[in-house]
Amino acid sequence: MGVEKTYAEINARIKSGQAVVVTADELITIVKEKGLSQATREVDVVTTGTFAPMCSSGAFLSLGHTTPRMKMQKVWLNGVPAYSGLAAVDAYIGATEVPEDDPLNGNYPGEFRYGGGHVIQDLVARKPIRMKALAYGTDCYPRREIDTTITIDSINEATLFNPRNAYQNYNCAVNLTDRIIYTYMGMLKPRLGNAHYSTSGQLSPLLKDPNFQTIGIGTRIFLGGGIGYIAWHGTQHFPSIQSVDGKDLGPAGGTLAVIGDLKQMSPRWLVGTSYLGYGATLSVGIGVPIPILNEEIARYAAATDEELFAPIVDYGDDYPSMKPGNLGFISYADLKSGEITVNGRKTKTAPLSSLPRAREIASTLKNWILECQFLINEPVQLLPSPTDGLKSNTLKG
Amino acid sequence: MSPKRIVLYFNADTSDKPMIYRLVKDYDLIINIVKANVNPQKEGTMVLEVEGEQSIQGLDYLRNLGVKIEDLNKEIVHNEEKCVMCGACTAICPTGALKLERPSMEVSFNGDECVVCELCIKVCPMKAMEVSL
Ligand code: SF4
Ligand code: SF4
Repeated sequence: MGVEKTYAEINARIKSGQAVVVTADELITIVKEKGLSQATREVDVVTTGTFAPMCSSGAFLSLGHTTPRMKMQKVWLNGVPAYSGLAAVDAYIGATEVPEDDPLNGNYPGEFRYGGGHVIQDLVARKPIRMKALAYGTDCYPRREIDTTITIDSINEATLFNPRNAYQNYNCAVNLTDRIIYTYMGMLKPRLGNAHYSTSGQLSPLLKDPNFQTIGIGTRIFLGGGIGYIAWHGTQHFPSIQSVDGKDLGPAGGTLAVIGDLKQMSPRWLVGTSYLGYGATLSVGIGVPIPILNEEIARYAAATDEELFAPIVDYGDDYPSMKPGNLGFISYADLKSGEITVNGRKTKTAPLSSLPRAREIASTLKNWILECQFLINEPVQLLPSPTDGLKSNTLKG
Repeated sequence: MSPKRIVLYFNADTSDKPMIYRLVKDYDLIINIVKANVNPQKEGTMVLEVEGEQSIQGLDYLRNLGVKIEDLNKEIVHNEEKCVMCGACTAICPTGALKLERPSMEVSFNGDECVVCELCIKVCPMKAMEVSL
């Protein structure tokens, strides 16, 4: 076998300023020029990045006690309800929550101009937020209502905790019906009028470690412009390796649960997002470093857009009605080219995930490591891999 | 009277009709085509300057064909501060005014190609496309 490196060796090189850190794009070039073995020897860490809407996101806020005390039962932030079925002054603002008076899809397609994701962006932007709360009153917490203003600095804790982010891979969405549809994959024109996809392909974190050989609980990451950690595997983490007729089409199905101190994040990397006819959400910037411990890890981290594939799925009928299967697989190289052929018809592609921003994350993370502001954490436990065979359940009823 | 600037939106059923010819011949209008675009789905947009006594009748004729007509008195602005370059608008914009530059995958906006259909205003998830009057 070739080289084997340890986390301690890599961190020692980072501290002494000798580490070689490259982005996943750069690794691909190095492997092409020098071969895999040489690249594995030379490179210590590969950085990845993704910036896209990630619905399963939110923040725990500990608002601070009032005088007299209050056990908040209902909380609103800029009119958006936050879940407060927690202790007296703790609340969770979810990215997709919208105000109770939002017309929703009542005037279809709804605009969803302001929701939980926007509250989170306004919080990190250090804007004042109007906070209201109601309570039923107890002997120890007598106060029943409050209407005040908070900022991220005036409250005690603000912890971003996103139960499912950074989907390993995602569908390429099309619409086979005769009408326009409005989805979380954007507006899809009838009869294959367009095709939308949503990962950064060869730069995307979980596409670069398909078997979760380095990514696990405690992995330190770029999260929302600051430093965060992988807390657990994300909800619906069902990793697998896609294949057709024995050909490996790259991984899919893995997800991350991530956590970090919201107070050190930035509104550039946590952006309130409104999907016409679908809802409000939050776009999140995430970058995961991959330590190049051996040749196998380097080989996966060097996977190219030509080798990574997305399934093409009809969001007009098949997706909403839970029909299994797809309309075939398409490589990220083809998706990024701007035009693909589906069912014999040419259609224009567009991403929902920002590649320029993903590149910026990968290079920011690279610089943090080079400047020794960021060391590589050895995970406490790796995340479940495709061989663990996690399978999804569906809800009966 | 100075010419009136309008924008026409038509679909596949009307895009092959000789609309401009009829406006000139039957309604005696002076037409200047400022921009015109038909995408692969045969949805078309056209910005015209129209002058002539029968312009109201001429435009009614177009409306009867199913063409949507709007006055062109606004402009679309790309707010680069808010734009995250996701690209979500680029397969929606009917004229290619919003497009992905390759290989940078950055989104560019060319106002000269914009026909103010306002689709991007609706679909931009970051509300980075704005109307200015
Ligand atoms: S959809 Fe909006 S944010 Fe995305 S590229 Fe277009 S203008 Fe920019
Ligand atoms: S209004 Fe927007 S979508 Fe319509 S042509 Fe102009 S840039 Fe394109």
